[in-house]
Amino acid sequence: MIAVIDSCGSNITSVLFALQRLGAEATLTADPEVIRKAERVILPGVGAAGTAMDRLREQNLPQCIVSLTQPVLGICVGMQLLFSYSEEGEANLLDIIPGNISHFTPEKDKTIPHMGWNSITIRKTHPLVNDLPQDSYFYFVHSYFPPVSDYTIGACSYGGDTFSAIVARDNFMGCQFHPERSSKTGAHILRNFLEMPA
Amino acid sequence: MLTKRIIPCLDVKDGRVVKGVQFRNHRDMGDILEHAQRYAEEGADELVFYDITASSDGRVVDKEWIRKVAKVIDIPFCVAGGIRNIEDARKILNDGADKISVNSPALERPDFVTELAEAFGTQCVVVGIDSLYEKGNYIVHQYTGDEKKTIKTSRDTMEWAKRVQDLGAGEIVLNCMNQDGVKKGYDIDQLQAIKKAITIPVIASGGAGKEEDFQDVFEMTGVDGALAASVFHTRQIHIADLKHYLSKSNIQIRL
Repeated sequence: MIAVIDSCGSNITSVLFALQRLGAEATLTADPEVIRKAERVILPGVGAAGTAMDRLREQNLPQCIVSLTQPVLGICVGMQLLFSYSEEGEANLLDIIPGNISHFTPEKDKTIPHMGWNSITIRKTHPLVNDLPQDSYFYFVHSYFPPVSDYTIGACSYGGDTFSAIVARDNFMGCQFHPERSSKTGAHILRNFLEMPA
Repeated sequence: MLTKRIIPCLDVKDGRVVKGVQFRNHRDMGDILEHAQRYAEEGADELVFYDITASSDGRVVDKEWIRKVAKVIDIPFCVAGGIRNIEDARKILNDGADKISVNSPALERPDFVTELAEAFGTQCVVVGIDSLYEKGNYIVHQYTGDEKKTIKTSRDTMEWAKRVQDLGAGEIVLNCMNQDGVKKGYDIDQLQAIKKAITIPVIASGGAGKEEDFQDVFEMTGVDGALAASVFHTRQIHIADLKHYLSKSNIQIRL
């Protein structure tokens, strides 16, 4: 069973439908017991990182999430929550992956948010990117981005900013794009997540 | 590189896809799900659904089909039409839409844009602007879903675009009414002007008739996406062919 953490984000329905299309059984839950027992966990999220973090705290979930040992995938703001700190709302996050979330640098002819399909460069092998072609396109919508570091699996560039599009540390993984809305390439990532050894 | 988006727009009336010329004479174009699925498979980057009757009739968009669309398609989609309060928007987003687009209700009460952005994040909030060129000015029009109820506002299009950006809009769809449905190409001058005025993404709407029109709008205005309806519905332009054509013309496109 896949536990999708109910962080009140509005992309939750799309995530559940995407898992359904792949034949996975998923439950939307904010119950730490259910989350702990799940085979895999997905942490979705849209909106501001600080607000999403507040919701996790209200539900007493931060402790539960950081102690998970099964595969965990953060999506969009759910991925950003895995990092240490966000400029957006000056918020402390789960601090599972070191690094700070920053705002895109304004440049001429650069629209913010970064909204639309962009390609990623795979920098490291990882089960999440198994058989994924280099420069595959994914759908992004965000104004803040996670840094490139030793935990970067796939990187993406927007104007002069290069950021982590896919990260992983131990059992924790995250993607800045929306796999549930990224057509076949997005389904490929989700399938890899569902198929990796738990 | 971030690619330019090709966005088929499905005008929805009573649960069916329709299309009119300059907002008139709506013709039935078929089933929503069939269109949505076909476009996703052909390589559309995003879909927009406009309930064109909703705003001018004072009723909310019928949502039965939104969940069905969300279940089958795997690309982002936006729903527009008569979203008047936070609860309307929440239902649509909870049903699986990625964005909501507001037009007339934002003109009635501009703070509504800020309330939506605060509740769901700016990335969900699209503001649609219907703009008509008249005697040297671009003027915002309201209630364009019904010709009899359409009114000219006192708002200048570029000023309104800047205002909604400040209020928290994450994207603007600019519908150039002089061009809508007449297939003579996008309104290059007006789209250049709006791109200069704001920094959030701009989607061009109104006027697409042939592949070259898409090339022109991307090369000459820098808009982030181009929206069209009838040329896609009638298969006059095939999305996969269009995207290959644009890619060969060195425009960044997802193939």
